[in-house]
Amino acid sequence: MKKVQKVTLTINKREVRAKEGMTILEAARDAGIHIPTLCYHEKLATYGACRLCTVEISRNGRTQLVTACVYPADDGLVVKTDSPRLTKIRKMLLELMLASSPAKTIQGLAQQYGVAKPRFEAKKTNCILCGLCVRYCNEIKQANAIGFVGRGTERRVVFFPEIASTVCASCRECFSLCPTGKLPSETDGVCFDDLTLEDFLSTKQAKV
Amino acid sequence: MAQFKSPADLARTRQRIISRRARKRFIAINASGTCGLAYGSDQVFQAFVAEIERQGLTEQVGVRATGCLGFCENSPIAIIFPEEISYFRVKPSDVPEIVSKTLAGKKLVNRLLYKDGNGKKIVREGEIPFYKHQSRIVFGNNRLIDPKSIDDYIALGGYSALSKALFEMSPEEVVETVKRANLRGRGGGGFPTGKKWETTRNAPGEIKFVIVNADEGDPGAYMDRSLLEGNPHSVLEGLIIGAYAIGSHEGYVYVRQEYPLAVENLFIALNQAREYGLLGKNIIGSGFNFDVAIHRGAGAFVSGESSALMTAIEGRVGEPRPKYIRTAVSGIRERPSNLNNVETWATVPLIISKGADWFTSIGTAESKGTKIFSLVGKVNNTGLVEVPMGMTLREIIYDIGGGIRQGKKFKAVQTGGPSGGCLPESLIDIPVDFDELTKVGSMMGSGGMIVMDEDDCMVDVARYFLTFLAEESCGKCIPCREGIRQMLHILIRICDGQGQTGDIELLEELSEVIQDASLCALGTTAPNPVLSTIRNFRDEYEEHVKERRCPSGVCKALISYYIQPERCQACLLCLRECPVGAITGGKNLVHVIDQDKCTKCGTCLEVCPPRFAAVLILSGEPVPAAPPQGTKVERTKGTQQ
Repeated sequence: MKKVQKVTLTINKREVRAKEGMTILEAARDAGIHIPTLCYHEKLATYGACRLCTVEISRNGRTQLVTACVYPADDGLVVKTDSPRLTKIRKMLLELMLASSPAKTIQGLAQQYGVAKPRFEAKKTNCILCGLCVRYCNEIKQANAIGFVGRGTERRVVFFPEIASTVCASCRECFSLCPTGKLPSETDGVCFDDLTLEDFLSTKQAKV
Repeated sequence: MAQFKSPADLARTRQRIISRRARKRFIAINASGTCGLAYGSDQVFQAFVAEIERQGLTEQVGVRATGCLGFCENSPIAIIFPEEISYFRVKPSDVPEIVSKTLAGKKLVNRLLYKDGNGKKIVREGEIPFYKHQSRIVFGNNRLIDPKSIDDYIALGGYSALSKALFEMSPEEVVETVKRANLRGRGGGGFPTGKKWETTRNAPGEIKFVIVNADEGDPGAYMDRSLLEGNPHSVLEGLIIGAYAIGSHEGYVYVRQEYPLAVENLFIALNQAREYGLLGKNIIGSGFNFDVAIHRGAGAFVSGESSALMTAIEGRVGEPRPKYIRTAVSGIRERPSNLNNVETWATVPLIISKGADWFTSIGTAESKGTKIFSLVGKVNNTGLVEVPMGMTLREIIYDIGGGIRQGKKFKAVQTGGPSGGCLPESLIDIPVDFDELTKVGSMMGSGGMIVMDEDDCMVDVARYFLTFLAEESCGKCIPCREGIRQMLHILIRICDGQGQTGDIELLEELSEVIQDASLCALGTTAPNPVLSTIRNFRDEYEEHVKERRCPSGVCKALISYYIQPERCQACLLCLRECPVGAITGGKNLVHVIDQDKCTKCGTCLEVCPPRFAAVLILSGEPVPAAPPQGTKVERTKGTQQ
């Protein structure tokens, strides 16, 4: 077996050793450095949707913003996980999320970054479309009972009744992944109309 | 048709086609382009075919259905070669006269000639101002080619660049030539094409892909469509040359399903190329193998982004990948994949044939060659124009475009589509190239150029583009999806007269984060239409927010239509045409708009005869009290009904 190479990078002025092939996020977490995330899950393929883990990297005198969950922890990389610019970005992202999803997790993070009350209004969907449920169902369970429909501002998550009615009752593993707690309590979308998932599962019958 | 086994085969076939046509005149009708077809050019084409046969001229005159000829608004267009006599807005009923006068005889049909602003008639295409100032090196062959005929393309020297590349140049030399030509991507970013080719060429792996990006989707832009419809072989030849240079044996054309004619002509072109041995195994006997598949896009703007396009080709939903590795290194199925835009590919054969020095002799220091723009909006001459890089916006808009319609005042020009920006009059003298446009906060984009006049509201324009982007963002990442949603909210609010203090600053704040944090280029450039209009037309935004006034009279919530009693001649036109019956009055009685009923559709303004010009748009001021019911009109001299 090929020996795993080690790389050395600097995160927040600290020298950090990481295995080659790790992302900045993994390297940082290994070193006990916190970077906020919402759509990241170690068992799932990187997704890069919430953008909260955006960090500043500099190399050859150039500064660049990248998402830590995707960017490889290259040798010699200099990373800053906090800066006024990053705070500004995270603050705005959380304010945007909070407008539609005033869930505890989001509120907690928002408070941490100093968002009081969002200046925006949005339909309360309680879903930030992090895709954890969709990706878990697809990548780990390979059931594809839940998925995205729609594009742009119309994008949303739906259960597909013909699959969900057979597999979801005995699984429900995606519930615990949901950062807004939407999944156990409610679902929306074309397949369900006003039914909650619980209603839906108890009838065991798809009403399309 | 036997397959070409050597460059000599190709040259011989070319000679044969040319000599067969040597003494023939031909007439080109834009009946194989969507713009022409929309005007009924296919009927004109059929009429020519029938009439030429009827008058027994089949031996002397050929009829060719060509793609877009650029001056779309004057379709159907007929150009008679070799004299280049150009007839515009030809109807099938004009055809017998054209054939007997101009084709059988030597007379002109004067009424169909182009008339310039002073009423002077112009015979030859190249002397018409719209064409005179252009250099149509890429697009010009459209008029000489029936896109369904590979012979037409070969007659013009088509595929000789490919033959030259395969037999006289090494792949490295081809890459080097394109690098030296400093060809930059015509799809938007302006990335050096040769450098991109080199990256894919040097990327590890045996299997590599080359792809044509024909997912053109900017509102108002149709350059790539017209090239694919009108000259598909030029794109294909460029692609094969690129494949040879890069070391790829499989290619794709990603084309929008919404371009049916482009798809059709492309399929025909691919089949013809295969028949002639220009695609497939052992191309022209060189030993090089390459073939192309067409992937039809399902209509998502975001699929024009390189990683999203490649994901779509893999059969998945076209969403951008979050990876920080270029598709040139890891694209389709994680293989090195080189993606270039339609126009970029079509330029390649010219560079190989004529050399890098020829190409670099055109254009500016950092932007070489020409660029095709779709010049649309409030200009007198709309259509597709190809100009050397470095021509100023003023020259394009005034010399080629013939200035602003109805003598109105120029206000802005929007370049670069939804990722671009609006440039005001103060910037109209900048030379158009990649870097200059970026410097002033817009971009080249794929070549959309929308001209706006004093009647266009810049806040409304920003709202329009954000509406487009809200639908076309894939919706995956938060800054793009939620950021655009909120920017659009604010813009709608401002246009509705509900703007709040701080809204303009909030738009700027949102823009910054969307630019910094979005996953792909659709998001990072999405704020441009807003930022550029704020930068260049901030007072217009402020008037909307602070004075609840739309100075251009566009935003419905902020305007009122008003009939000036002293000008109204009671002609009953607006009264009859008002779709909601909001206008009262009668014969000899001043017409009055009931403001509560009015839906602000603008019909009254449109139908009011210009000699009365009684209807006004008011904004930011109260509508004057209506005259008492039954007020008689004051007759103006000479306007008796």
